[in-house]
Amino acid sequence: MNSFSTLFNEVYKILFLLIPVLVTVALIVWLDRRVWAFVQKRKGPNVVGPFGLLQSLADALKYIFKEIIIPASSNKVIFILAPIITMTLALVAWAVIPFSEKLVLANINVGILYLFAVSSLGVYGIIMGGWASNSKYPFLGAIRSAAQMVSYEVSIGVIIINVLLCVGSLNLNDIVLAQQNMWFILPLFPMFVIFFISALAETNRPPFDLPEAEAELVAGYQTEYSGMMYAMFWLGEYANILLMCAMGAILFLGGWLPPIDNDFFSSVPSPFWLIFKILLLFILFALVKAIVPRYRYDQLMKLGWKIFLPFSLIWVVLTAGYLLYFNLLPVQ
Amino acid sequence: MMKFGRFLKTILMIDFITGLSIAIKEVFKSKKTINYPFEKGKVSPRARGEHALRRYPNGEERCIACKLCEAVCPAQAITIESKEREDGSRKTTRYDIDMLKCIYCGLCEESCPVDAIVQGPNFEFATETREELYYNKEKLLENGDRWENILAANIKADNPYR
Repeated sequence: MNSFSTLFNEVYKILFLLIPVLVTVALIVWLDRRVWAFVQKRKGPNVVGPFGLLQSLADALKYIFKEIIIPASSNKVIFILAPIITMTLALVAWAVIPFSEKLVLANINVGILYLFAVSSLGVYGIIMGGWASNSKYPFLGAIRSAAQMVSYEVSIGVIIINVLLCVGSLNLNDIVLAQQNMWFILPLFPMFVIFFISALAETNRPPFDLPEAEAELVAGYQTEYSGMMYAMFWLGEYANILLMCAMGAILFLGGWLPPIDNDFFSSVPSPFWLIFKILLLFILFALVKAIVPRYRYDQLMKLGWKIFLPFSLIWVVLTAGYLLYFNLLPVQ
Repeated sequence: MMKFGRFLKTILMIDFITGLSIAIKEVFKSKKTINYPFEKGKVSPRARGEHALRRYPNGEERCIACKLCEAVCPAQAITIESKEREDGSRKTTRYDIDMLKCIYCGLCEESCPVDAIVQGPNFEFATETREELYYNKEKLLENGDRWENILAANIKADNPYR
C-alpha cells in the first residue's frame, strides 16, 4: 500500500511538470509563428482565442482528427515508434530542470550529463522515422539530420565542459547557484554565442533546418507522416527547442536566479525567472528564424567541425589555464 | 587589411546583429496585412471575378443570344442555346458556364454588345462539390440581380477608359 501511494505521488509530480511543459510547447508554437509574422509585418495567427493564443490547440485538434497514413512498404513498428521516441525523449529531459532550489523532479548529481545524453538520443527518433518510411526524401533528411546533430553535439559538449570547469559539479542546481555572483554569460560570452548557434543546429531550426529543407527534401524525415504522428514529431521538436532554451538559461543566464539580487526581484518566485529567461531565449530563436537564410550543407559541416569545435576547445584551455593560474578552481 | 576587416566582421557577427536590429525594429511597425475574412481589401472595378448575367431596369434580360461570348471563349466554357420567344425576340433557352473550365480572361465581357455577361467583383464562390460550379442561366441571372448595383457602378467607372 505504501509503495502504491509513493508511485501515485510520483505520477502526480510528473503530471504537474508535464502538463505545464506541454501547454508551454503549444504556446511557444504560437509565439514562434507570431514573432515570425511580426518581423515580416504580418499579423500572424490571431483568430482562435484572444490574440490567437489557442491556435496550437486548434491545430492539434485538426491533427487528431486526420487519418494516420502508414506507407505500405514501411517498417510499421519502427515507423510508429519513431514519433513516440522523439516526443518521449524531449519530455523526459525536463525531469532534471530545476525551477527553483527545491522545485525539481529529480535532483540527480549528474544532471547536465543526463540532459546531454537525452538530447543526444533525440537523433534516434529522427533517423528511425526517416529509415522506416522507406522513401528517398525522409531517408536523405534523416541522414542529414543525424550528421548535423552529431556534429553540433560535439561542440555543445565542449561548451558544457567550459561551464563545468567554472562550477565543479554536474548538478544543475549547483550550476545555477555558482552563478550567484556573476552569470556565466559575462565571462563565457563567446561560448554562449556558440552554444546558441549550436542549439539552433541541434534542434534543426533555421538557418540549419537542412533536414527539412522543403525545396530539396519536401519535409525531410517527416514527409511520410500524417495526423497525430506528425503532430508528435512537431511537439517533440518544439519541446526540444524549449529544452535547449532551458539549458542555455541554466548554463549561462543563471537559471532561476533573479537578474539583480535585491528584495523586489527576489520576492518574485524563482520559477518565474527561469520561464522568463527561457522565453527570452526562445524569442531570439524565433527572430533568428525570421532573418537568416539557410546554410548550405558543406558550410554547416565546416562551421561545426572547423570553427566551433577548435574554438571551443581553445576556450577550454584558456578557461582552465585562467582558473588554475588565479587559483580559482572550484574543487581543490 | 581587407581580409582582417572581413574576419573581424565575421567573428563579431556584424551582419547578423544589423539584421537582428532591423528585425526588432520591424516588429513594432504597423502591419501591412488585413484580417482577411473579417476585413477585405479593395477590389478594382475591372476585377474579373464571378460571372453574372444582367437585366435591363425593366426586368428584361439583356442577353440577345448573339453567341459572341461562346465563340470567343478560349476555354470553351460557355454553352448557349437559343430560340425565338412568343413576342418574336431572340432569347437564350440555355446559358451555361463551366466555372472550372473558365480561365477568367474577361473576353466574354469584352465581346458582349449589350453588357449582358459581365464578371463581377465577387471572388469568393468556392463550393464543396464540382457540380455546384457548373453555372446555368438561372444562377447567372440570380448573380446579376444580386450584384447589379456594383456591376452597374463598375461599368460606369470603367467607361471613360474604353
